[in-house]
Amino acid sequence: MISFTPSEEQQMIVNTIKQFATDEMREVYRECEESGEIPDDIVNTAWELGLIATGIPEELGGLGGEQSAVTGSLIAEELAWGDLAIAMKILCPALVAFPIMETGTEEQKKKYLPAFCDDKYKAATAALIEPRFNFDPLALSTTAKLDGSDYVLNGEKCYVPMAAEADLLLVYAAENGSNQGFIIEKGAPGLEIGEREKNMGIKALPTYELTFKDCRVPKENRLGGETGCDYNRILNRSRVALSAMAIGVARASFEYARDYAKDRNAFGEPIASRQAVSFMIAENAIEVDATRLMTWEAAWKLDRKEDATKEASLVKMYADDMVLMVTDRGVQILGGHGYIREHPVELWLRNGRGFTTFNGMAIV
Amino acid sequence: MIDFELSPEEEATLNKAHEDAEKLYRPIARYYDEHEHESPDEFIDSMWAKRGEGGLFGLGVAAALRIEETCWGDAGLMLVAPGMGLGGAAVMATGTPDQHNRFLTRFNEGNPKWGAMAMTESGCGSDTAAIQATAVQDGDEWVLNGEKIFVTWGQRAVEREGIVVVWASVDKSAGRAGMKSFVVECGTPGMKMEKLEDKLGIKASDTATVVFEDCRIPYENILGSPEVRKIDKTQTAGFKKAMATFDATRPIVAAMALGVGRAALDFVKDTFEKEGIEIRYGLPRNKLTSLECDVMEMEANYKAAKMLMMRAVWMMSQLLPNSIESSMAKAKAGLAVTKITQKAVELMGPLGYSRKYLVEKWMRDAKINDIFEGTGQINMLVVARRVLDYHREQLK
Repeated sequence: MISFTPSEEQQMIVNTIKQFATDEMREVYRECEESGEIPDDIVNTAWELGLIATGIPEELGGLGGEQSAVTGSLIAEELAWGDLAIAMKILCPALVAFPIMETGTEEQKKKYLPAFCDDKYKAATAALIEPRFNFDPLALSTTAKLDGSDYVLNGEKCYVPMAAEADLLLVYAAENGSNQGFIIEKGAPGLEIGEREKNMGIKALPTYELTFKDCRVPKENRLGGETGCDYNRILNRSRVALSAMAIGVARASFEYARDYAKDRNAFGEPIASRQAVSFMIAENAIEVDATRLMTWEAAWKLDRKEDATKEASLVKMYADDMVLMVTDRGVQILGGHGYIREHPVELWLRNGRGFTTFNGMAIV
Repeated sequence: MIDFELSPEEEATLNKAHEDAEKLYRPIARYYDEHEHESPDEFIDSMWAKRGEGGLFGLGVAAALRIEETCWGDAGLMLVAPGMGLGGAAVMATGTPDQHNRFLTRFNEGNPKWGAMAMTESGCGSDTAAIQATAVQDGDEWVLNGEKIFVTWGQRAVEREGIVVVWASVDKSAGRAGMKSFVVECGTPGMKMEKLEDKLGIKASDTATVVFEDCRIPYENILGSPEVRKIDKTQTAGFKKAMATFDATRPIVAAMALGVGRAALDFVKDTFEKEGIEIRYGLPRNKLTSLECDVMEMEANYKAAKMLMMRAVWMMSQLLPNSIESSMAKAKAGLAVTKITQKAVELMGPLGYSRKYLVEKWMRDAKINDIFEGTGQINMLVVARRVLDYHREQLK
């Protein structure tokens, strides 16, 4: 039955997160952006919502609920509306937990998942992006070679959020042409964590460059064991998550510019009374909604365990364009004021521009 | 629960609609494009015979998707197929049970019939509040006078069988509040089809000028209340009724648009496939060819419009207010398919521009969707007003 209404349970989660985003995230995000730091308490408060533990089986300490991509997109949008950098930090552990939940071996689940059910935030992350302009997630340069009972990893990664703090790292590498994930524990020999990166946006989120020099990983740490993982599905789950986050960022800017345009007078009336401005706002509204519905559809396909490559990659591409258009207009509608850091729209434009670069930095 | 699954029955009707589009619409599409004003009588009869298989103006998402399939076959012919049409939709949306009974039951019996809506005049399109046609009460009758243009189904509803829903003012001094709609039955003296338009596309469809000269209709043929309330300029019941009809018809136009857009998109993709060109989803943009980027952009825009259309129709089916969603769907779909079909002509090169294939026709057919039932711009204005919570005086 076709329906465009979230379930009651989903609506409750959305309301809770909306509240959290408004009361907590929006209170501190500018300070976080300027200082480059996200306070522990906000992350721990979010952690208490159980966003990651929900889908972990009860016997491993989780809540034993369903891990739904549709619910995940609803959550990701609301958090990103609050602030993208904080949202990415909050959801970062999922980059390891979700793939293990779905494709990990029994041993991997037992060994790694209970930590995600602790009371306090568990830093864990994944490394996908590589530092070159024509990065292609389907053609990874980082390699993994089996040598005895170990895999040997070589290569470079970048935009790895929380890498310095993380106890667990999921690294994607090419193994004889097949892309696979490898679970690496903190302090593994051959893994070098570089300086914290300096990016155009998401400044509150620490990201790092990583170098693997003959980094040895036990054979059993290959995600999914001998079967391996469904790498395409992981990419699709990431595309959906990032599309949802793009919607959140776009919506933040759209709403702010809409309210500003109603407030700001020029020639005796609000600038929103002019079609040149109001049509930009109307198109923003249309595109934000359209992208959300497309994201839901791709997420829905994921939840049905169907191949969502086409839907997920189309919506990611669409969302990348949409968020840039909307956040640029946010700055444009505010004019000179939009360029000043007193208003948030410049921050959203910098964050919005990042989505074409952000790959695998979030997952549903 | 967010869900995009159609029931097996709905899937089946959709497949049937696609099959019909392929077998009944496509083979004659070019002929009636090149022979404007020639009536496809055989087609009309067979469509009339099939009318039980799901009316064109059903309320649900599946019905809208069937319309998309039909227009994938041919949008002009879709507008020739007999049925309640926009006139029927207006009666359905705003009429009393008695009026439903009097005017709509005929659409299920006898000869083929059409339900037209006569709103536009030479001096006003989207600004329907400026309508010049008049309706004057005379005893137990209304006397209609005026000239309506661009009446879809105008010729058939007036000269063959059916009804015409006419918009006229009962009190010009009252502005929008005086605007009312009336049902005129085919064969009523004083109603005449005066001119048939020659168009850019959807040529099979009859777009007519209909003139009313002292056209007398029963008093009970007024849709909605005859009362003129001049309380608040923004709260005018008659005008709101007209707009309520648009809430129902705009998503339908979006669905029609999508059918034409997908026809072009499918042609492009099929052609590439035959040439061994694969569209590689999931690759980063820097690895994609310009062709692939174009096709993906067309597909994504098609999908975006389709999702908005489905949501607007779904809300209607749930009896939820859907004014903004309808206008969003219409504005997006009209523009999306205009661009998709224009791009298709470009991508197909000599095949695209040639009348040997249908791509150039689809480009001409698609364009109407960004115009009728409110241009893309008027729909943007509706969306803007809603988003900003502005009335028409605040945002013109």
